[in-house]
Amino acid sequence: MSIEVVNIAKTFHTFRALRGVSLKIEAGELVALLGPSGSGKTTLLRIIAGLEQPDEGSGPILFDGEEMGHRAVGERQVGFVFQHYALFRHMTVFENVAFGLRVRPRKTRPTDAEVAEKVHALLRLVHLDSLFDRYPSQLSGGQRQRVALARSLAVEPKVLLLDEPFGALDAKVRQELRRWLRRLHDDIGVTSVFVTHDQEEALEVADRIVVMNEGTIEQVGTPDEVFHRPATEFVMKFLGNVNLFHGRVGGGKVQFAGVSADVPEGSVEDGAPLLSARVFVRPHELDLSLTPAGRGSFPAKVTRIHSAGPVVRLELEAETGEQVFAHIDHLRFQALGLSEGSRVFLLPRDLKLFTEDFSV
Amino acid sequence: MASASAWMRSVTPPQGRSVATTESAAVRWLLVAVAVGFLLLFLLAPLVAVFAEAFSAGLGAFLAALVDPDALSAVCLTLLVAGIAVPLNTIFGIAAAWAIAKFNFFGKNLLVTLIDLPLAVSPVISGLIYVLLFGRSGYLGPWLAAHDIKILFAAPGIVLATMFITFPFVARELIPLMQAQGTDDEEAARGLGATGWQTFLRVTLPNIKWGVLYGIVLCNARAMGEFGAVSVVSGHIRGETNTMPLHVEILYNEYNTAAAFAVASLLAVLALVTLVLKTVLEWKSARAHARPDIATAEEVRV
Amino acid sequence: MKSRLQRRSVLPGFGLTMGFTLMYLSLIVLIPLSGLVLKSATMTWPAFWSTITEDRVLASLRLSFGGALIAATVNAVFGFVVAWVLVRYRFPGRRLVDALIDLPFALPTAVSGIALTAVYAPTGWLGRPLAALGIQAAYTPLGVVIAMTFVGLPFVVRTLQPALEDLDVEIEEAAASLGAGRFQAFVRVLLPALLPSLLTGFALAFSRAVGEYGSVIFIAGTTKTEIAPLVIVTKLEQYDYAGATAVALVMLVASFGLLFGINLLQRWSRRQHA
Repeated sequence: MSIEVVNIAKTFHTFRALRGVSLKIEAGELVALLGPSGSGKTTLLRIIAGLEQPDEGSGPILFDGEEMGHRAVGERQVGFVFQHYALFRHMTVFENVAFGLRVRPRKTRPTDAEVAEKVHALLRLVHLDSLFDRYPSQLSGGQRQRVALARSLAVEPKVLLLDEPFGALDAKVRQELRRWLRRLHDDIGVTSVFVTHDQEEALEVADRIVVMNEGTIEQVGTPDEVFHRPATEFVMKFLGNVNLFHGRVGGGKVQFAGVSADVPEGSVEDGAPLLSARVFVRPHELDLSLTPAGRGSFPAKVTRIHSAGPVVRLELEAETGEQVFAHIDHLRFQALGLSEGSRVFLLPRDLKLFTEDFSV
Repeated sequence: MASASAWMRSVTPPQGRSVATTESAAVRWLLVAVAVGFLLLFLLAPLVAVFAEAFSAGLGAFLAALVDPDALSAVCLTLLVAGIAVPLNTIFGIAAAWAIAKFNFFGKNLLVTLIDLPLAVSPVISGLIYVLLFGRSGYLGPWLAAHDIKILFAAPGIVLATMFITFPFVARELIPLMQAQGTDDEEAARGLGATGWQTFLRVTLPNIKWGVLYGIVLCNARAMGEFGAVSVVSGHIRGETNTMPLHVEILYNEYNTAAAFAVASLLAVLALVTLVLKTVLEWKSARAHARPDIATAEEVRV
Repeated sequence: MKSRLQRRSVLPGFGLTMGFTLMYLSLIVLIPLSGLVLKSATMTWPAFWSTITEDRVLASLRLSFGGALIAATVNAVFGFVVAWVLVRYRFPGRRLVDALIDLPFALPTAVSGIALTAVYAPTGWLGRPLAALGIQAAYTPLGVVIAMTFVGLPFVVRTLQPALEDLDVEIEEAAASLGAGRFQAFVRVLLPALLPSLLTGFALAFSRAVGEYGSVIFIAGTTKTEIAPLVIVTKLEQYDYAGATAVALVMLVASFGLLFGINLLQRWSRRQHA
């Protein structure tokens, strides 16, 4: 089932959580709403679910083209998985999962045997069938999360909505569960939207990522698109580490850190006047060499070396004063024979630049 | 009816509750009406009645009832009783809370239960146990009579029964409070070289002062207002062993209703002052114990 | 002694405070209470049995326990509504109502007693309309229940309020998202979660009402509507110490049983919420 929201706004007291957001999610997609806290991602998810009403004057909320705005949460056939699981403490795992079936109107309520069959099938799906008679307090965090998921699937939702589904888990369980969620989605194919503030999680699990900031959508795209072709400075900064240089752009060239480089295609309109610009280079897109490597390279001094980890992380200081971070692999690091105080030349393999709107 | 509908609209769910988890306006209004109606009938009506009856025979009769020598002696005895029982129970409460909250020992749960014991005992039984102890045929009665010491049907008996009734009030406020505060602050103070007394006076006491005051206010209200236990041990000797509540009873039983309610209205004012102090102290201690990192952030869903 | 009781701590004063606590507790509470037990031990079993099975004593126990049961039930229902409204809704005067809840704690019982009598007597503000309906409140068992309801109300409200405040909103949202209506969510999710607190409040209100004396005796009258504490007082006035002790012992055992039950209940609910 596809989801479409049009021009959704939401204000809490005086806080504008959403400022006119429109978004279309295709049937069967797994989409991440990614952003820092306060960006409006959870509010958007809750409005799709029907847990929150958008402000007056907002556009429709459409499931497969059908308006849902006036329907209560229970009538939208959405499965919602809460950040803190929201399991019913006084019920066993079985009873929790069965809840959605047992509260149906008598006419459509399944028999006890049907409920039992369905609940056990769901518990097998989330690999918890042996724990059906436990209480939530007897389960680990990861197990609780899977019960919450099974419970939300019991009502056969057309849409699955997950609010920070792994937010309360420790790092290792988190990694396992997100791979498992991806596989589960591929198996059952229900349109799913999850909220996260963890860019790594979004990049690894989602088909498409919606990057949000201050109540608006910055960019919608595949993980590749948002990572490699960020539409805005915010997306660039939010997805991974960056080095920032202040420079000027004009005549197809950009000047920063005392060097001049070609402007990447499409970033600035040709023939534009000289503009001040912000130049971003990711740490892993900087080549290091001991001698000048062409026109685009600039000199710098190594100030700190962190060599524990999968890559060597270097802190450097450019001659123009900027602090620069670079990531290189261990082989390259040994070949260069670097130590603190070494002088090197940095060559950006790739750079993104954003001209400042307000400058001349 | 316009004001009624305005009031109906003013019944709202608190900020931050979503549409899915609150009731329709009609249900909300109905529930508030039921609650307020119930409280009007059961709580407010008797309170208002006290003052209405007190002035039913006019201001002169009201004042006359208060300056009556027996009334004045009842006021003095009540103040005396509270003046002894409250400080003693406060010292006990602080000592017990210190031992229980700051140390681990065997039998702690039992001790806490024993401290709460007087709350589970009927006031009449609280008086009875002192009659059995100090009465003429009681365990200590003959010895007391031989030495001409009067406890029962005299002020000491009233003080003892009041102490029993109000025994747990300060302790049960302080024990959970001090347990929640832990021992880190005190251990830090000791580590910095403070003596035991310095630690208590400069670190512990400032942290629990609102809790202590809260306990004292509750303890005092009960001490001045206790009726059942005191009634059993006092002997109802007018002008000698009557506290204010007992004086109210005697006047009432003599069909001197206006005077009874006049004295009762003094006690009702005491109760209202207690409620105000209680509310203020709750507010103060909530502020004092609110950790800035948890409590100040206004809840905004993001 | 000290080393066995107390695990090592850098804080001083354990011996002093513990010693004072135990001494004061013994002098004020334990020794006088044990006097009651000793006194009843001097009674023979038949004498004890015949005292507490006197018609008058049985009737008073029935009224005290039965009335307290009804009053606690009324309080459980209305106290729930009051707590719910105070926690869940915002309305003008809410803070005032909240402060007023503790009035029965703060108002001396004799004052409550004569005030309730004035209000519910056949000539009173509420007694008159009730009398017009053919209901006499004061000087009947109904009056006893009214007074017991008055003294028990704060216990239910004050135990439910924090429990309601601690309830996680997500749980209700989860029930709603799974298709439960508001009433189903209340019955299946909210009520079970609040049940331990509700039962605790009920038990506290019941326990207070059983032993209550001052608020009840005025509105009860003295003839047919005798509560158990009044029987104790009457027996004392007749110097029937043994009889008074026997009735007191029955009430004490019931109260301590309740206290024990409340403790178990609270431990159980803490475990469930761990």
